[in-house]
Amino acid sequence: MLYREAGQFKTTYAADMAVFPIRQDRIALALLVAVAFIAVPFMAEAQVWPFRTDYMVRAILIPFLILSLAAVGVNILIGYCGQISLGSGAFMAIGAYSAYKFATGVHIPLAWLGTAISIPPLPGLISIPLGGLMAALVGILFGIPSLRIKGLYLAVATLAAQFFFDWVFIRVKWFVNYNSSGSVSAPDMYLGPIHINTPVERYLLCLSAVVIFATLAKNLVRGNIGRQWMAIRDMDIAAELMGIRPLYAKLSAFAVSSFIVGVAGALFAFMYLGAWEPLAFDINRSFQLLFMVIIGGLGSILGCFLGAAFILILPIMLDQIPHAVGIPVSVETVSHLVFIVTGGLICYLLIVEPRGFARLWGIAKEKLRLWPFPY
Amino acid sequence: MVEFGQFLEILIGGLLSGVLYSLVALGFVLIFKASGVFNFAQGAMVLLAGLALVRSLDFLVARGIPMPVAILMGLMFAGLVMALTAWLIERFVLGPLVNQDGLTLFMSTIGATFILEGAAQMIFGSDVYPLPLFPTDAWFLFESAFPGGILVNKLDVWGGLIAAILVAGLALFFQRTKTGRALRAVADDHAAAQSVGIPISWIWFVVWLVAGLVALVAATVWGTKLGVQFSITFLALKALPVLIIGGFTSVPGAIVGGLIVGAGEKLAEAYLGPQIGGGIEYWFAYVLALAVLLVRPQGLFGERIIERI
Amino acid sequence: MIRKVLALAAAVTGVSALAQPVLAQNEQFLPALVYRTGPYAPNGIPWANGTADYWTLINERDGGINGVKIVFEECETSYATDKGVECYERLKSKGPTGAGFFAPLSTGITFALTEKVPGDKIPLLTLGYGRSDSKDGSVFPWNFIAVGSYWSAADAAIQHIAKEFGGKDKLKGKKISLVYHDSPYGKEPIPALEEMAKSYGYVFKAIPVTHPGVEQKSQWLAVRQDRPDYVILWGWGVMNSTSIKEAAAVGYPRDKIIGGWWSGAEPDVIPAGDQAIGYKALMLQHPAGRFKIHDDLEKYIISTGKSAGKDTFAHVLYNRGLINAMIGVEAIRTAQKKYGNKPLTGEQVRWGFEHLDLTADRIKELGFEGLLKPLKFTCQDHQGADEARVHQWDGKEWKIISDFYKADAEMQDRLVKASAAQYAKEKNITPRDCSKAD
Repeated sequence: MLYREAGQFKTTYAADMAVFPIRQDRIALALLVAVAFIAVPFMAEAQVWPFRTDYMVRAILIPFLILSLAAVGVNILIGYCGQISLGSGAFMAIGAYSAYKFATGVHIPLAWLGTAISIPPLPGLISIPLGGLMAALVGILFGIPSLRIKGLYLAVATLAAQFFFDWVFIRVKWFVNYNSSGSVSAPDMYLGPIHINTPVERYLLCLSAVVIFATLAKNLVRGNIGRQWMAIRDMDIAAELMGIRPLYAKLSAFAVSSFIVGVAGALFAFMYLGAWEPLAFDINRSFQLLFMVIIGGLGSILGCFLGAAFILILPIMLDQIPHAVGIPVSVETVSHLVFIVTGGLICYLLIVEPRGFARLWGIAKEKLRLWPFPY
Repeated sequence: MVEFGQFLEILIGGLLSGVLYSLVALGFVLIFKASGVFNFAQGAMVLLAGLALVRSLDFLVARGIPMPVAILMGLMFAGLVMALTAWLIERFVLGPLVNQDGLTLFMSTIGATFILEGAAQMIFGSDVYPLPLFPTDAWFLFESAFPGGILVNKLDVWGGLIAAILVAGLALFFQRTKTGRALRAVADDHAAAQSVGIPISWIWFVVWLVAGLVALVAATVWGTKLGVQFSITFLALKALPVLIIGGFTSVPGAIVGGLIVGAGEKLAEAYLGPQIGGGIEYWFAYVLALAVLLVRPQGLFGERIIERI
Repeated sequence: MIRKVLALAAAVTGVSALAQPVLAQNEQFLPALVYRTGPYAPNGIPWANGTADYWTLINERDGGINGVKIVFEECETSYATDKGVECYERLKSKGPTGAGFFAPLSTGITFALTEKVPGDKIPLLTLGYGRSDSKDGSVFPWNFIAVGSYWSAADAAIQHIAKEFGGKDKLKGKKISLVYHDSPYGKEPIPALEEMAKSYGYVFKAIPVTHPGVEQKSQWLAVRQDRPDYVILWGWGVMNSTSIKEAAAVGYPRDKIIGGWWSGAEPDVIPAGDQAIGYKALMLQHPAGRFKIHDDLEKYIISTGKSAGKDTFAHVLYNRGLINAMIGVEAIRTAQKKYGNKPLTGEQVRWGFEHLDLTADRIKELGFEGLLKPLKFTCQDHQGADEARVHQWDGKEWKIISDFYKADAEMQDRLVKASAAQYAKEKNITPRDCSKAD
C-alpha cells in the first residue's frame, strides 16, 4: 500500500537512471541519513535510551560504520570485480600505519643522494585519505598477480600480502617511529580548530566518511568502470574479447577497493582503537570483512551495511544476552556458544540465501510492492 | 665443512617439517578433489580430533587401563567423533549447498570452523593437554664428518613415515576400492556419477570421514609436538601455501608442496632472515607459493584450468 | 520454524525485561577482562580464576570491602585488542559508580586502553605487564604497572645469569640470545637488554618468533648453531612450551634458558613433560603453592563450590590473579579512608592506588606473606617495587632457586624517563608536578 510506485512517471532519462528511482526509497534514505546525522547525536548528548552510556556510540556504532566502509571496499573487489581477496586486513593496516606516519611527519633519509625527503606532520583529516592512497598504491602492486591467477588460488595468494604486511609493521621500526615496543598511538585529530575527541564527534566524522565513500562507490559501480568490473567478474575472457582491458579493469578495482579499505583502516586505528599493533589487522580481520560482504550480499552496497551489522553486532549481542537475562553461565561457555551460534547462523544463511541479505531485502521489496495482494 | 653441515641440517629439518604441514594439507586435498569444496575447517578438525583423542586417553588412563589399549580405544573414540562430524557436516552444511559456487562453499566451511572450534572446546575443554605419543628428542648423524653432527628430530621422522604410509594408503584406496573409484567419478562430474547410480551423499560422507581420519593422524603428530590446544587450528594457515604449490587436487602434490615450503621457509629464515630482521617464515611460504602460481596458475600438480566461453 | 524463532525471541526479550538486575546502591563494580578461550586460554584461565576467587572471598568472608559488596563481571577478550576495547566500553560505566579499575592481562589491550582511561577517569592496573614507561606516574597518572615492568624483569634475568657465571664482570664477551614473541609484549624488554649489553659487554641477539609460536624449528636451529651461553625466553601461551621442546630437540640445555615471568607457569612446562626439567623462569616475586590466604580460599570458596575453577588452585598464574585482585581491593580500601565506605568512582580509586602502601605487616595480615614484598605507589613511581626472584621446574613443581634481585634503578629510570618524555611530547601531555600532588 505504502510502497507503490504507481503514478511516479519518469519523464527524463536522468530520472530513469537515478540511484533511487522510487520516491519511497528516497524518502526512507533521507530519513535514515537525518536520523544518523541529527537524531543520534542529539540522543547521545541527551543520554536517552539506548544511548544512556557512550557504549552504544563508542563500541557499536563507530566500529560498525568503519567496518561497513571497509566492507564497501572489499565488496568492490570481490562482489563487483570478482577477485577474491583475503588480504583486506593488510590493506587496513597499510592505511592505518601510513596515516600515522603522515600525521606524525615523514622523514626518509636518502643517504646516497645526500638529501632526505621530509614532510612535516599533516593534520589528521589529510593524513587519513593519504593513508588510503598508500593502500591503493600497494593494492595495485598486489593486484598484478590477479591477471594470471584466478579464483581460490588468487584468494590464497592474497594471503601473501596479509602475512607480509603483518611482518613489515612489526619489523620495520620506521613505521612505528622507532618506538621500542612497536605499538603506536594515534595523534590527536583536528578539524580546523575543533578537536575531534568526544564519542559523538568521532561518530560524526566516521559517518561523514561512510556517507561520502558509499555514495562515491555506488556511483562508480553504476558507471562505465563499474560495468567493466562486472563484465570481468561474470566472465573475464568474454569481457576481454569485447574490448575491456583486464589490466585496467582489475587494477582499478584493486586500487579503488584498497583505497576505501585503507581509509577504513586509518579510521579504525585513529577513531576506534586509539593505539594499535599489527595484530589488530590480522587475518581474522580479513575473514571478518569477507563474511560481511558474503552474508550481506556480493555486489550490493546496501549489503555491506547489513552484513557488517550482522557479523559485528550479533556476536556482541549474543555475548551479552545470558548476563542480561540473568542466566548464570561462565564467560567460557558463552563465548563457545557465541562461536557455535554465529557459525551455525552463517551456514544457515548461506543455505537459505546464498546471495545474502541484500537479496532478501530485494525479495522483501518485491513483496511489499504487491502487498496486500498476493499477485 | 661446518657451514655445509649447518646447511644440511636446516635443509633436512625443513623438508621434514614440511611433511608435517603436508599431513594437514592432505585433508584439504581430499575434500577438494571429491567435492570441489575448499575446506577451511581442516584446522578445526585437527583440533577436534586431537582433543577427542587426548581427553579420552586421559579418561581411560585415569581408570587404570594400560596405555596401549587406552591408545587404541582413544583412537577409536576419536575416529567415531570424526565420523559423526563428517555426517553432520555433510547432512546439514554441504548437502543443502550442492551446486553453489566455490566461494559460498568456502565460506560455509569457515562457518563450520566456528562451530567445530566452539563445540570442541566446550565439550573437551580449552586448556592445553600434553599428548606424548612419539619421541620428540633428536638423532645426531654423521658426527664424525660434521662437528656436533646433523640434527634430525625423531618426531619429524615419525611424521614423515606416517605421511608416507598415509599417501600409500590413500593411493590404494583411490585406485583399488570400489568407493575410491566412485569417488574419482564424483570428482569428475557430479551429475554423471549420480546418473550411473553412485550415491553422492554417501560418497561425500566417506570423503569427509577420510579427511577426518587424516586430521586425526595429523593431530597425533602435531599434538605430540605442541600439546593439544586451540593454537593447533593455526596449522590451517601453514597448510595453505603447501596446498597451492602442490595444486588443490593432487595428493602427491601436497607432499611435494610440503617439502618445498618446509625447506624454502627454513632456509630463508636461516640465511635471509638475519639480514632483514627475522621472523619471515610465515610470509615467505606465501610469497614462494605466489611465485609458483605466477609460473603455473594451478599449482605444480593441479589439473590444468581450461577456460571456455 | 520462523514462528517458533519469533516466539522464542519474544520470550527472551520478555524475560530480560523482567530480570533486569536491580543494582543495590552499596556495591562496588569491578570489571574483569579475561580470556578463557582462544590461543592463550591455558594461561588466561588460572589468572581469571585467581582474580574471581579473591573477590568472591572478600564478599563471602568479610561481606565486601568495609561493607561495600564487590560485584564483578567477566568479559571475554580472547587476547584480541578490538574485543578488549569493546569489553572496556561495555563494562566501564556499569554499577552505581562505574568500573573501579581495569586489569586487562594483555600488553596490546593495555596500549589501547592507555589512550582511553584518562578521558574516562578509570585507573589501569597492569601487574607486571604493559607499558614499561608507565612507571612514570607524572606522565601516566592512570596506569599502575605494579610490582615490576619488562625492563626490571630483563634486569633481574641478566643479574641471575651474571650470578651463575660468577659475577657481572664475567658477562663480558658472553653470548646471550633473546627468543621473543614477535609483538609489543615480546619487544618491550629489548631496549633494556641492549642497554645492559653496552654496559656489561655481552653479545646480544634477538630472535623473533611469529605469533602464536607453533613453529620454531629455525629459531632453535639458529640457537644450536650459534651456541649462546644463555637464552632468555620471552613467550606467552603455546610459544613457551614449544620453545622448551624445540630446545630439548636441538640439545640446548634447559638450565641455560631463563624465561620471563610470563613464561614461568605450569601451562608453559607441563606440555613439555620431562624435557622441561631444569628450565628456569623469573618470578613476579611470588611462587606457586599454598600460603595463608589459600586456607581461607579453601574454607570459603573451594569447599563451598564457589570457586571459578579448582584445577588451577595455587598455580603460579592463579596466585598472580589473587595478587592482582588484592592490590585492587586494597587500593579501594585506601581510597575509602578518604572518601568514606561507599562505592567509589574510578577517579577516587585512582587516588587510592596512588596512596597505596602495602607494608610487610599489612601483607601478613592479608595472608599474602611470601607472595608479595612491600609495595608502595607514589605520584612519581607507579611501579612500587622492582624485585624479582628465579624459580626452576623440577618436573613436578617450581622450586625457588634464588634470592631477590633488585633492578638497577639508574638504568630503569633513564629508560623510563626517555620513553615517557617522548610519549608526553607526542601526546602534548604536560607532566604533573609531583611535589604538588595531594
